[in-house]
Amino acid sequence: MSATTKFASKPVAALDQRLTIGKLAKDNLRKVFPDHWSFLLGEIALYSFIVLLLSGTFLTLFFKPSMVEVIYQGSYVPLRGVPMSEAYASTLDISFDVRGGLLMRQVHHWSALLFVASMTVHMFRVFFTGAFRRPREINWSIGGVLLLMGLAAGFTGYSLPDDLLSGTGLRIIEGIVLSIPVVGTYLSFLVFGGDYPGDDIISRLYIAHVLLVPGLILALVGAHLLILWYQKHTQWPGPGRTEKNVVGYPLFPVYTAKAGGFFFVVSGVTVLMSALIQINPVWFWGPYDPSQVTAGTQPDWYIGWLDGMLRVMPGWEWVIFGYTLSLNVMIPSLIMPGVLTVLLLAYPAIERFATGDDREHHLLDRPRNNPTRTGIGVMAIVFYGMLWLSGGNDFVATIFQIPVNYITQFMQIGLIVLPPLAFIITRRIAIGLQRRDLERVEHGRETGVIRMTTEGEFYEEHEPVSEYEAYALMSHPRPNMIEVEPAVDENGVKNPNHKKSKRQAALNRFYWNNTVQKPTAEEMHRELDHAAHETEEHLEHEILPGGGHNPPEATRH
Amino acid sequence: MAVALAGLAGLFSLLSPASQAATTTAMSTEIEEGKQLFLVGCSSCHGVNADGVIREDGTVLGPSLIGVGAASVHFQVGTGRMPMARNNVQAPRKSIAYDEEQTLALAAYVASLAPGPAIPEPDQYDPAQGDIARGGVLYRTNCAQCHNTTGQGGALTLGKYAPKLTGVEPVHMYEAMVTGPQSMPVFVEPVMSSEDKRDIIAYLKNVESEANPGGLGVGRIGPVSEGLWVWVIGLGALIGAAAWLGARSS
Amino acid sequence: MTTHSSDLEPASQGGDPLPDPGLPPHRPRLSDTDAKSAKRAERQVAAMFGIAALASLGFVAAYLALPLIEGDLVRLQLSNLALGLTLGGALFLIGLGAIQWAKKLMPDVEMVQERHPFESSPEDQAGAIAAFQAGVEESGIGRRKLIRNSLIGGMALLPLPIVFILGDLGPLNPSPPRVRASTIWGPGVRVVNDVTFEPIRPEDLQVGQLVNAMPATYKDIPETEHVDALNARAFASVILVRMELDEFEVPQGREDWDVDGILCYSKICTHVGCPISLYEQQTHNMLCPCHQSTFALAESGKVVFGPAKRPLPQLALEVDAEGYLAAQGDFAEPVGPSYWERAKFENGERI
Repeated sequence: MSATTKFASKPVAALDQRLTIGKLAKDNLRKVFPDHWSFLLGEIALYSFIVLLLSGTFLTLFFKPSMVEVIYQGSYVPLRGVPMSEAYASTLDISFDVRGGLLMRQVHHWSALLFVASMTVHMFRVFFTGAFRRPREINWSIGGVLLLMGLAAGFTGYSLPDDLLSGTGLRIIEGIVLSIPVVGTYLSFLVFGGDYPGDDIISRLYIAHVLLVPGLILALVGAHLLILWYQKHTQWPGPGRTEKNVVGYPLFPVYTAKAGGFFFVVSGVTVLMSALIQINPVWFWGPYDPSQVTAGTQPDWYIGWLDGMLRVMPGWEWVIFGYTLSLNVMIPSLIMPGVLTVLLLAYPAIERFATGDDREHHLLDRPRNNPTRTGIGVMAIVFYGMLWLSGGNDFVATIFQIPVNYITQFMQIGLIVLPPLAFIITRRIAIGLQRRDLERVEHGRETGVIRMTTEGEFYEEHEPVSEYEAYALMSHPRPNMIEVEPAVDENGVKNPNHKKSKRQAALNRFYWNNTVQKPTAEEMHRELDHAAHETEEHLEHEILPGGGHNPPEATRH
Repeated sequence: MAVALAGLAGLFSLLSPASQAATTTAMSTEIEEGKQLFLVGCSSCHGVNADGVIREDGTVLGPSLIGVGAASVHFQVGTGRMPMARNNVQAPRKSIAYDEEQTLALAAYVASLAPGPAIPEPDQYDPAQGDIARGGVLYRTNCAQCHNTTGQGGALTLGKYAPKLTGVEPVHMYEAMVTGPQSMPVFVEPVMSSEDKRDIIAYLKNVESEANPGGLGVGRIGPVSEGLWVWVIGLGALIGAAAWLGARSS
Repeated sequence: MTTHSSDLEPASQGGDPLPDPGLPPHRPRLSDTDAKSAKRAERQVAAMFGIAALASLGFVAAYLALPLIEGDLVRLQLSNLALGLTLGGALFLIGLGAIQWAKKLMPDVEMVQERHPFESSPEDQAGAIAAFQAGVEESGIGRRKLIRNSLIGGMALLPLPIVFILGDLGPLNPSPPRVRASTIWGPGVRVVNDVTFEPIRPEDLQVGQLVNAMPATYKDIPETEHVDALNARAFASVILVRMELDEFEVPQGREDWDVDGILCYSKICTHVGCPISLYEQQTHNMLCPCHQSTFALAESGKVVFGPAKRPLPQLALEVDAEGYLAAQGDFAEPVGPSYWERAKFENGERI
């Protein structure tokens, strides 16, 4: 009756009889993953998230998410006798009275900063290599939402200790909610449980921070990984690598060791940072008091761009028929982030429209081979970076001794002028690099060896690159040039698609503007022949160091 | 140049009324010494009678010192702010030009011109007698918005700034609160009592000397420096580790 | 023409310039050929794991040997350092060891696996359509329009209870805009110094002085109503400054709002609500540290820089019977950041 399959040890066999793990193991244990350091950036984010869950759970065992007022009588002398919320007092207790408590608080905060930083870098890697193209558009969207969720998790989290610095951030949130037309005041009262600040907000942020947001993140990360697993990872183009294969190392043992080891490296570095560098010393900021504020009020780094936008915005607020429209607050905190999020999530569709390319792509683009996309990415980075700097403009002012007013005014103009400039410069640089690649394949590598011919001509010896390198440089896909559909078809019937096709073709031309086209096989053959002839000519007429000549048929290789 | 000024000062002292020269109390000698120092080092901006110098276009070269009191002079000269190297929106703290005796002499001279805030007594600014916790509450209410919760300072408009409060003598902290140098408002009795000021000083000196239990303080300015280090050290180390992980072993 | 095929070959107009030479030949590592090198690598990995084990024990030792002492921050610093270095070191070394093991000792011969097309086969697609259609047919939803329409109706209204049950998240009666329109200031309410709560006489203030102040009614809020006290700090906080009489403008209607050059302004920024009070004594400007909105207190709190639009609300002052500074009444306009209905309220009442 029962199978006496000697598959493996009894526990494993038992699992197999219940869950068919044998098939699972056979299909997946030797799954191939390609190898490159830039593929590990998403892993930094994943592992940081795990560290957040673990360190966060530790903190929940001690933290009290309550705004009930207490008079502190704990270990930290400079705050003894000071009234504060229980949330703040329990944070002080964790820091000063729990062994390892301060360490865990710091681990939690450092890995939160690392979580968002690594997601950002990972996103840019995916963007610049075109890994968001079919079939990975869904994962791109999931990733974009994960990034936003990371911001939400971070903001709700650092507001929990109810200290002066994060409390000021909460006030700004209230101001933002108030700026929403028609429903803003009501929404603010619903969120804060009445007038600001009330005594509900910390416990509400708490449940968002420990349950709702991490739950969503966990689900999305799970989906993100399952899709990645099923679709297989992308790989860099190169010899032996095609759109139809994956070249790399097996999951077990190599990636179990490497990726598993990397988890320990990430968590280890985070804990080491927490041992050595102080972060969020809330005892210095003091408990939150809505009538107090500190010079140098900034949110955590990943919210800095929003704060920067708030700072550089002109005072655009009008009263129309007795109702106040605060665009100076709405634009930087609601409208612009919304627009940018939509653009981010929609980018794969936009690029698909511009290139007309709906094929599957499993080979990555080198950024130089897609100059417009790379330019757009750099433009986004410059824009974001400038907003980031604006968020710290008072520090920039004191460190570089520039009046803060000038910085704001510079940014107001610079934010409009500098990103397009960055786009243009980046695109030109990418095209230049493309030209250099082509030169390298057609004429070989510069060796730095100068030789002279009998005619007195100096030339630099070029060494042909290996066939592997040449193929790696020339295996990128050709840009797809879209032709405009005719306005009328062969029967004279008007083409409804004509207008859209014209727009698409125009965008397509802009997209592939000046991109270096790789040669056809014939053209490459001609070029290589030409280069070989040149080398032969040079060798025939070369003057050797001793003063002699080469015999006509001399070859060096 | 210095010799010429000294000569000028000597000339002034010779031509001053005989009765002053005849007084021999220690205080008047101090005032006299202060006056000499003043004429040499301060009168070019503040006027020979310390009543200020206004340029032709109406802007102030050096404000009048009548009534600023000994406390102002002790603060400005004692922290090196005065003499100012060049006219600017802010007088930064810099190397001190006069020793304590000379500073007290200058202070005595200016104080003799008109009543003004006096140099506080040591009990008034002794941090050991202050209430640190209460000082913290007062500091966060009245001072942190310009000087930052840990005294790291902060930017004001058009190039002015509230300076760092680390490395400042308690007496100078007291005097700054009383005299309101440059952009700083005045915080005087009875609204801010002497005990209040002492508590604030106690808080500041305590914060300054406090260890950073979490590790390196990285400026104690919060998210800006923390964000910088997570990118440079955190991501830097991890991307380095990733590069090592992915590199082919030789 | 757009390409829609799921063809995985790169588009080759005129052929690809160079043929694929295939995977480069495998170059063995030193640890593959040299047994001594491999042994050394093995020792390295074992050492890393071994030290990691010691580090974990070190954590336990540090945890037990370094109890926290009340008030001793140096002890706390040492404890944090010791616990962090041992735990972090253990984790880091395990990771390093595992990676070194993979790099040096596990085979690094590249493997190739095939990718599979994602689109379902025509049979599967047909089967899916058939299965779906069978289900739709059997449910009868197509034929029984009454069921379909009533289902839509029933489900469409279900969000309503979900939205409304959240209605008591915050009190909406009296209406939020009305609550925002007034503070605990009122006629005759004295201005008291924050923290000390002492009342203030005009002669107590010097030109150039800044006082962070609260209404005397703040002290009247009972201990049990801590929330009301907190909310009062968020809206009723004010600052007092004193200027020479010729240093500030007095607009029409505000001639009696100051007392001998003593002016009172709301402390809450009109941009997004940060408390301000960065007062520059010489320029009479007040700067908000959050987004650098700058208000000219000598010009009725007008905005001179930054993202704020509305001037800082001014509180009209008087001297009461005992000679202390007091408010003539509440603010004439709602204080704090702007909101939709703000301009509809004056002196706490809807206009």
